[in-house]
Parts: sequence; structure tokens; C-alpha cells
Amino acid sequence: MHKDSITTLAAGLRAKKFSSRELTAHFLKRIEAYDSALNSFITVTAERALAQADAADALLAKGEGGPLTGIPLAQKDIFCTEGVRTSCGSRMLDSYVAPYDATVVQKLHREAGAVMLGKTNMDEFAMGSSNETSWYGAVKNPWDVTRVPGGSSGGSATAVAAGLAPAATATDTGGSIRQPAALTHLTGIKPTYGRVSRYGMIAFASSLDQAGVLAHSAEDAAWVLQSMSGFDPRDSTSAERPVDDLLASLNQPVKGLRIGLPKEYFTDGLDAGVRERVEAAVKVFESLGAMVTEISLPNAPLSVPTYYVVAPAEASSNLSRYDGVRYGHRAEGAKNLEELYRRSRAEGFGAEVQRRIMIGTYVLSHGYYDAYYLQAQKVRRLICDDFRRAYEQVDLILGPTTQAPAFKLGDKTDDPVSMYLNDIYTIAANLAGIPAMSIPCGLADGLPVGLHLMGNYFDEARLLGAAHQYQQTTDFHTQWPRGFE
Amino acid sequence: MGHMIPDGWEAVIGLEVHCQLRTQSKIFSGAATAYGAEPNTQACAVDLALPGVLPVLNQTALRMAVTFGLAIDADIARRCVFARKHYFYPDLPKGYQISQYELPIVGKGHLDIELEDGSHQTVTKRIGITRAHMEEDAGKSLHEAYTDMTGIDLNRAGTPLIEIVSEPDIRTAAEAVAYLKKLHQIVVYLGICDGNMQEGSFRCDANVSVRKIGAEQFGTRTETKNVNSFRYVEHAIEYEIERQIDVIEAGGKIVQETRLFNPDTGETRTMRVKEDANDYRYFPDPDLLPVVVSEAQIDEIRASLPELPEAKRARFESDYGLSAYDARTLTGERALADYYETVVKVSGAEPKLCANWVSTDLLGALNKLGKDITAPPVSAEALAGLLKRIVDKTVSGKIAKDVFEAMLAGEAKGDDAADAIIEARGLVQITDESALASAIDTVLQNNPAQLADYRGGKDKLFGFFVGQVMKATQGKANPEAVNRLLKEKLVG
Repeated sequence: MHKDSITTLAAGLRAKKFSSRELTAHFLKRIEAYDSALNSFITVTAERALAQADAADALLAKGEGGPLTGIPLAQKDIFCTEGVRTSCGSRMLDSYVAPYDATVVQKLHREAGAVMLGKTNMDEFAMGSSNETSWYGAVKNPWDVTRVPGGSSGGSATAVAAGLAPAATATDTGGSIRQPAALTHLTGIKPTYGRVSRYGMIAFASSLDQAGVLAHSAEDAAWVLQSMSGFDPRDSTSAERPVDDLLASLNQPVKGLRIGLPKEYFTDGLDAGVRERVEAAVKVFESLGAMVTEISLPNAPLSVPTYYVVAPAEASSNLSRYDGVRYGHRAEGAKNLEELYRRSRAEGFGAEVQRRIMIGTYVLSHGYYDAYYLQAQKVRRLICDDFRRAYEQVDLILGPTTQAPAFKLGDKTDDPVSMYLNDIYTIAANLAGIPAMSIPCGLADGLPVGLHLMGNYFDEARLLGAAHQYQQTTDFHTQWPRGFE
Repeated sequence: MGHMIPDGWEAVIGLEVHCQLRTQSKIFSGAATAYGAEPNTQACAVDLALPGVLPVLNQTALRMAVTFGLAIDADIARRCVFARKHYFYPDLPKGYQISQYELPIVGKGHLDIELEDGSHQTVTKRIGITRAHMEEDAGKSLHEAYTDMTGIDLNRAGTPLIEIVSEPDIRTAAEAVAYLKKLHQIVVYLGICDGNMQEGSFRCDANVSVRKIGAEQFGTRTETKNVNSFRYVEHAIEYEIERQIDVIEAGGKIVQETRLFNPDTGETRTMRVKEDANDYRYFPDPDLLPVVVSEAQIDEIRASLPELPEAKRARFESDYGLSAYDARTLTGERALADYYETVVKVSGAEPKLCANWVSTDLLGALNKLGKDITAPPVSAEALAGLLKRIVDKTVSGKIAKDVFEAMLAGEAKGDDAADAIIEARGLVQITDESALASAIDTVLQNNPAQLADYRGGKDKLFGFFVGQVMKATQGKANPEAVNRLLKEKLVG
């Protein structure tokens, strides 16, 4: 069952081939069998999942329920879940039980009827590209357990790639959905900024954070994204516009689609094996009738430095609330307020989070604000303009998701800049707020390679449609890591 | 009243007023704003800054801020931005306050204050208002009730405020108080603030510096925080002016610092010096989009602005023929003005008569009872009911005063309380001329000596006969008719 698509599973539930309880129990058993080695879950909510499955079965028996009723999903531990620990991968929130559901959780589990298997591991406060900054330890890549699954949504990626969940929610601030998707051979989509509510999704960098999905195919991703999306009056930055029918548009033909290849994304740093797979994928699109041209995103090379001003600035502010006063980690025996703050935060946050708080505090400081934060905002505008111009000529932009396949655990933990460069191709989409996804396009030396697709604002339907058409003519997305079949 | 500033010196004063907006719910959450609830019962997930929560702007708070801007003739920003102001304190749950920094909702405006000059003439002075911005209030730290601990009450956290910043146009403590009173009057008139200074709905920080008259540069200023009554503001500023002059004259220097006023001693003391000041690291709040206010919205709010004190005063003078003094008294508070206008409308009595009753009898009673015009012991309708009986001559003005006392004492309730009291006490004025004539006849018969004296030329005895008739009728005789009939009969 774990290799079946969500479409197949939903049909099986409705045809009474199996119950949601059986389906849920199957995944819980797999989690039990494999996850001690992979470490993809922080919290498994087995009892709750079975209770939700029973409720789903009751609905299905009456012929009721929504598209995802009875389908198990995993939630990244960045989404608040009422009555369940919501740690955000941090010691700071190790004991924190959220008193309310994030809008995404509400929509998927309370409205669409999905079953929650548990909360997946992640880089602490979503800050990382390897899932090694988690307070709960590193996550292993099922394609090679000595390698990282990417981050920050590494737990969600590994859980789905290893068949421990049919699909999982994830979040993407600079590539945290797409880079793990590329490294674990999954389909991952980060929709347009504002498409999915951020309410109840613990903030890293508010102007960049966006929730999305990790799944095995564009079709599965469409099922989940359809139920997550939509305007939320509790999030002032959510978009007040209707959600397209993502499933209906999967069958839009690629013929006539205008595809741009940014020359800035095919430079020397790109791994030869990755380049070969990406160029082959482009050929597939051409063979399907797409028109491919080279384009330029002249400011794209400025994405990483811009991001590492904007994101830490917002993070330093967003993480101010973790002060040990109302909830979360509180240092014991502090003698005064100053010491309580200093020690609670020093003990509660890991090194990478502290590094970003320091960078962010610095760039917002009096005397540095103009040179860093304001300047970064200006460059961000230029990057947006690049995309606006590009989408006057093309419908989609294609390229590699990452420069290289998954690296070894521990390889980059001492070199933050080399770690930050993991997101060199993905960050621009966050800065511009456009939708983007990564889909599997083959293996290089046995390791997954991701094809990066970027679309125009609110063009998720076209993105998913192109990915689906590609997946109709290729079978990379059906490849499975050895040992987890 | 007031200390004099020594010759050769002048003070430069600018005020920052924090004014709580009278919304039902908080500025960025749905929690209630009512004062005085049990600690932390009016703080929801957003106010507690739980992980994952987001702010959503209260549109009523925005509307109130625009209303204020229009009332002081200020520029309203068509696009304004919320910014985060960072500092760590336990009653600031997010570690930052959502405020406005570079692009506030209200830009430059002004307020005209009236001051008495030395010769009791009124002079008008214009005080510039630099800006007014929206922000959220912090919670409260309670240090008193605990040992080695501090209680945190977050009920107030997220209460909407506008911070109104004046230009340094104020020169004396008296001007500062006049400005504050005027500002207070306007925000209460507009219905955007309850104006309750004890509860902290209207708070003031005073920036004070001194310089030699003629100096071009401002002196170094100090900021005195949270002075919560007009009198304290006056004392704090006077103290600060005197202190600064003393320091400079003794050869010292003023340090830029924040000071706290102690109402018990009337002194200010250092709270923190500038070196300790936070770097607030303001930046635009990415959780809130820039607020766009349309022309149509501004026009609509402008059209619904209530009449402001000055306009109302002018109208009271022209429409009701009131003196400047009466008009000023009656328009001092919007509720009082509304009360007065209801009395005029419902009673149909002379506006001047109504003005006397409201400004003398009613205000006197409020004063004596320690009550507020918003909860008057006699409603405008009830007072109008009494004045109607004066107009239709059911009672005399003198008897009416007794009826009013009875109304205050609660002898009867409701809009027709006056009628009930007049009825119950049998106070209906005697206007029946035959009844009055017979009463007069009896008085004349019983006082033959006085009658003879009167007829002999002692005109002054007329008052004696009036008194006797009134006494015989228990004061209910119509005085006019008594005068007329008595004159006829005395002639004989």
C-alpha cells in the first residue's frame, strides 16, 4: 500500500478494499520498523491516528467525507497541532504542546479528513539545509543512510521517500521543500507566497515562509495542496483569491509551453551528473512540444547574500518571543531577569539558530540597517523584476534544484557558507514569492537529482500540470530506495 | 498658580500622549479590551505571542486613528506601515511592540489652545502636532504583590493606542496643561477614547529642555514618563524646568535621560540615561501588509465626524443666543452639550432658561454628588419635563427648584418625574383668578392696619402683602397674577 498513489489509496478506501484503520496501521508499522534508523519523526501520534482513522472509516461507510478522508499524512513539526507537542526541532519548544491547530492542520485533518501519523523532524526552526541542526538529531537519507536528506524539511522528505507516509506537509523559506525533494527523489512544491495560510506555522522569516507538500508525484502533491490552499482571514498576508482546480489542470498538454533556461543556473559550480540529468529532462519537455529558450535572470547570483540578510533579520525578530517567560525552555536558577533571558536562550537555541539571530540583530542595528537590510530589500526588488520580465517571454523556468546530489552527514556542518550555497538555485523563488517545485529527473551515481521548475505568481496549476505530464512519460518518480520497497 | 520661569530663561516642551482607543477588541487580536478583568483572562493566543500566531489589524482602530487625524486637520497617510520595535521585557510578549515608525497613519496637524494672558484676556496659540501613529499597548508588570517575583498581567497587551507627538511649541507648564486638556476634550468628543486618566487611557510623557531666551539651539532634553493627571503634568514640568535651570546655573550639564515623576514628592528622578537606551531595531512588520486608506474611506470618515467643541460653541452662541461663557461651559464635554440640547428640544423652553438650569442647577448637583454627566442623577428628558411646567405656568421658577431637589432625592423616577412630584405634593400653581382674588381679600381683611398704612402712602408694604398671599397659598400662587390683582385691590 505504501507504494500506491493517493489517488489509488482514496479509491481503495471508497471501494472498501481496505479500511483507513488498516492503511494507517500499515504506515505506523513501517514507521516502527524503519524510523529508528532514519529518525524522520519527532513525535508519532499512533493512538490519535487510529482514532482519526476510525472516524474516517465511519464517514466513508456512510458514503461521506472529503477527498483525503482516511488518507494518512505526516506533518512537519513546524505546524501547531492542538494537544500534541510542537517542537519546531528545537530544545526551546521540546516541552511545548500547542493549544490550537495551524490553519493547514485544520484544513487537512479537520476539513479534508486526512489522518495525522505524527510530526516530522526538521532543522531547528527550519534553519538548515541538511536536517543536522535539529535538537532531535540528524535525519538519514533512505537512498544512502550515510547522507543527508536535505533540509529543513528533511524529516518529511525521508518519511515520504522511505514509504513511512504517503505524503507530508513541509515549509520552504529558501528551498526547504525543494532541496530535500531533490535529494530524496520526491516531488515537492512550494506554492506562491500567500497561497497557503501561515497561521499556526511557526515563523522563521515571515516574508519568505510558505507551506507546501512533499509527495511521490505531482498528482499526489496536487491532492494535498488543493486541500491546504486558500485565503485565511487570520493571516494578513494570505491571498484573497480563489484556488484553481489543481487536479483538473494536470492533463493540460505541454505542447506550446514556453520554457526558459536561465543561463545563470548552468554555470561551473554545477555537478556534471546533475547537469546531464537536467539537460535530459529539458529534452523530454522539448519532445512533448515545449519551446525552450535561454533566458537571463541577471540578479539571480545575488540571491544568497540577499537572503542571508533578509531571512536572519526577520528570524532575529520572530524568535524574540522565546524568552523563557511564558512557555518553552526556561533556565533554572537564574538570579535576575537578564540572566533568565540570556541563559534560557543560550540553552534553548542551537548554534545555527544563534548564528542567525546574531546576523539578523546585526543587520537591523542602528547604523547598519541602511547598508544591509535596506540594501537587501532593494536587491530583492531587482530579483522580482527579473522574474517579471522573464515571465513576459516564458511560462516556466527550468533548471537544477541543487548543484549536487546529497552530501555526506557531517560534511558541511563546520562550514556554514558552503551549507548556505545548497540553496543557490532555490532562494530566488522565495525572495520573489513565486511558486516553484522540484521533481525527480533520474539518478547520478545512484543518488537522486531534482529538476527545478519555477512558475509565475499563482500559476501552481500550470507547474503541477507540466510536472504531471513529465511524469506521464518518465518513471523516475516511481523509483524507490533500496531496502524500503 | 504656577511657578514663574526666571527672567532670561525659557523652556521648550514637547508632549507625547498615549491614547487608548475605545475599540471592543484589541488592535491585532479578537480579545476584549475591557478594563479591570482578572489578570490574563483577556489575553488570547495572539496576545500571549504563542508560536505561530499572526496579527490582523482591527479596522475600527484604523478608523479611529483617521478620525483623530481629520479632527486636528492633519495629513492622513494614504499608505502607512507597521513596524516592529524590539526590546526584551516580560510584559512585552513578542519581544517587540508593533508600532509605526517611518510611515505613520497621521502626519502633520495642529491644535489651537486658549490661554489667559495677564489681563484676563483670552489669547489663542497654535501647537503643532508632528504625527500620530497606531501601536499596541504592552501588558503590566506587577511588582508589589509578590516577593522575589514579578506578576505579569497581559490583559492590556495589544490594546490599541495612538501616540500623538507634539512639536516643541509649548513654552510653559500652563500651556502644556491647556494643550493636554484640549487634546483630551477632542478624543473624548470623537468617541475614540474614554479619557480615563486613572486607568491609563490617556497618558503623557513630557520632553522638557531649557535655554536662554534668544538662543537658537534647543537645550538637552529629558523625557518624564507616564504622568497620569493634568496636575501631575504641571508639577512635573515645573519641577523639571526649575531643576534644569538650577543645574545649568550651577555650572552643570543636563544629561539626556528618561525620568520618572513621583507624585508624592512632586519630583522627578532618573530612570535610565541615554547610554542604556535600547537599539529598537525598527523594521517593517512582514506579518502586516502596508495599510492603504482610500480617498473614499477618508471622505466617508470626514462626513461622519461629530461636531467638534469649537464649532459647537459657535453654534450655541448663534443658535441659542447664549453668552460665550455659557456656550463654553455647556460644550466642555460632548455629553453635557448633548444633554443641554435634549433639554432645549424636549422642553420647548427658552434656551437661556435651559442653559441656566443645566449649567447652574444640574452641574451644581453633579458637583455635590460627585457624579459625571455621562450618568446624571436627573435625565435630560426629566429636566425638560420640569421646565415644561415652568413654561406652561404649572409651577413657578421657585417651586421648580424644590421639585428639582425632590427629583435629585429620587422622589419620583422617569421622564415625567416632575409631574409626579408636582401632583403628589400638590404644587400646581394657582392661576385661577377668582381663587386668587378670594385669597387676597382674606389677606386684606386680616391685615387692616397694614392696609390703611399702604393706602396712606407706605408703598413698601406691597411686598408684605405679596408675601402674605404666597404664604396663604403655600407658594403656589402665580406671582404675576398676584402682583396684578393685588395692585388692583390695594387701590380699593
